[in-house]
Amino acid sequence: MATDQALHGLDRLELSPLSGQESLLARLGRRTWAGTWPKLLAVALVLGAWELFYLSNYHGDTADHLVAGPVTGVENLWDQLVHGQLVAAIGTTMERGVIGYGLSVLVGAVVGAVVSRVPPLRAAVGSIITGLTTMPSIAWFPFAIILFGLSNSAILFVIILGSAPSIANGLIAGVDYTPPLLLRAGKMMGLRGFALYRYLILPASLPSFVAGMKQGWAFAWRSLMAGELVVQVAGSLSLGVLLAGDQEQLDLTSAISVMIVILIIGVVVDGLFTKADVAIRNRRGLIDAAAGS
Amino acid sequence: MSMSSGRLTPPESPPGASAFPNLTIVADHPAQQAPAAVRLTDVSKVYGQGRGALLALDKVSLSVAPGEFVCLIGASGCGKSTLLSLVAGLDLPTSGQLDTAGQKVTLMFQEPALFPWLTAAKNVELALHARGVPKAERRTQTLDLLEAVHLGGFGGKRPHELSGGMRQRVAMARALAQDADVLLMDEPFGALDAMTRDLLHDELERICAERTLTVLFVTHNVREAARLGDRVIVLSSRPGRVIGEYPVPRTGPRRIDSAEVAQMAATLTDRLREEMGRHGH
Repeated sequence: MATDQALHGLDRLELSPLSGQESLLARLGRRTWAGTWPKLLAVALVLGAWELFYLSNYHGDTADHLVAGPVTGVENLWDQLVHGQLVAAIGTTMERGVIGYGLSVLVGAVVGAVVSRVPPLRAAVGSIITGLTTMPSIAWFPFAIILFGLSNSAILFVIILGSAPSIANGLIAGVDYTPPLLLRAGKMMGLRGFALYRYLILPASLPSFVAGMKQGWAFAWRSLMAGELVVQVAGSLSLGVLLAGDQEQLDLTSAISVMIVILIIGVVVDGLFTKADVAIRNRRGLIDAAAGS
Repeated sequence: MSMSSGRLTPPESPPGASAFPNLTIVADHPAQQAPAAVRLTDVSKVYGQGRGALLALDKVSLSVAPGEFVCLIGASGCGKSTLLSLVAGLDLPTSGQLDTAGQKVTLMFQEPALFPWLTAAKNVELALHARGVPKAERRTQTLDLLEAVHLGGFGGKRPHELSGGMRQRVAMARALAQDADVLLMDEPFGALDAMTRDLLHDELERICAERTLTVLFVTHNVREAARLGDRVIVLSSRPGRVIGEYPVPRTGPRRIDSAEVAQMAATLTDRLREEMGRHGH
């Protein structure tokens, strides 16, 4: 039939790609380069600033070997990784981070899910959650230490209080902003109760939930570092313990090495969340193809 | 979904009207007893309360026979979308009776309202799932439905990878997946370009002919109404009232540029302008 053919033709015209000439390899190369050079530049800027600080001979400290240059610093970092206790310390810290953050996601998701679906709770608990997100997590430590002593539990407690509210808030915001048109469409299809939640509201709030998880990770990481400096659990070797030790021994070079590790872990995990966020938005067509890289 | 007819069905409505929609011989019945797929009797809808209350629909009465294609047309503020929401059961009338004779009703919107995280096929499949179609049958039914809207090869695409017209056809396949007897359409082609719209008119006509669907189609495009409808109902604005009914003579296949369509469109335009002029003072 003529209509069918016209329809197929129109479909094809409307879907024809704008550009398909570039080879896959060339595009991959271009993308990798576009993603890499800003990071290289950032590292170069930091190392340059460090070198300048070293050369400025601040308070004559260079003479006392209190401040080392970037070359010595990087050597120190390598030395600590290969011969020192840095790897073991990273292990302890990451274990706490993973457990604490994992519990935060669990608590945040459950609280967020319940609060967003029960209107009376929504008003009351919602404002408590918002209040908690503004509370600096380090302020919880006296409370946690009195309650749990100088233990892992105290650190985990503070991580959860610091991070779970952001995660819950992300989910609640996602549920609140589920497009009303989609809700109407879902109701017309006969989705209700749990099915409505499972097949419509949860997937619709995923981008907001991931944004909340990303913010939650930032809070968890900060709480963890604060916790490891404040709560030194006997017999455990963590990044916080190393950093506190460097402070005692006025070892600025070693302290910088540990800080670099802390920074890299934070940036890498944040990058993973950004990747997840971009992937989700890409799947849903929320990224302008012409503007995106 | 079906209306909660227990609350809204008027006692005089014929029982079991939906069971044999094709056996009806409309001419043999007095007007008020003719079996209808959708019947509104003095339906009013008020939004808000007290001084701020807005009368959106004022005692609207109309009926749509099984298998009939009725277009509702009116200027802004005539409560067209409100009326469809009421028939769809998404909202309740303030007063009056609304009867859909226990039939399944579904609503299509101006936007496709597809779930952006699902592929075209999964969008259709979810409607089958919600209706309780067993998993084993869902795949083949989904393929059939996509084929019915000429999107056979596009099931794996996500909504944003499709054009506006294709998305609206996926939405149509999803509506068909709900296996409704009554299809309500709220300006479904309003956001599309004229060429695509023409083709979709043909598509819709063919699909309706294949399945004996009852259609209530809202538009503010008079040519579209004249092109598609068996009957065109004109609503007034603020509040919405029925101010005219125009049966469209069936003389053969129609096109948007047919002389008869143009003539009917002119009649409808005149009636609408007259109504709009009433608000000009």
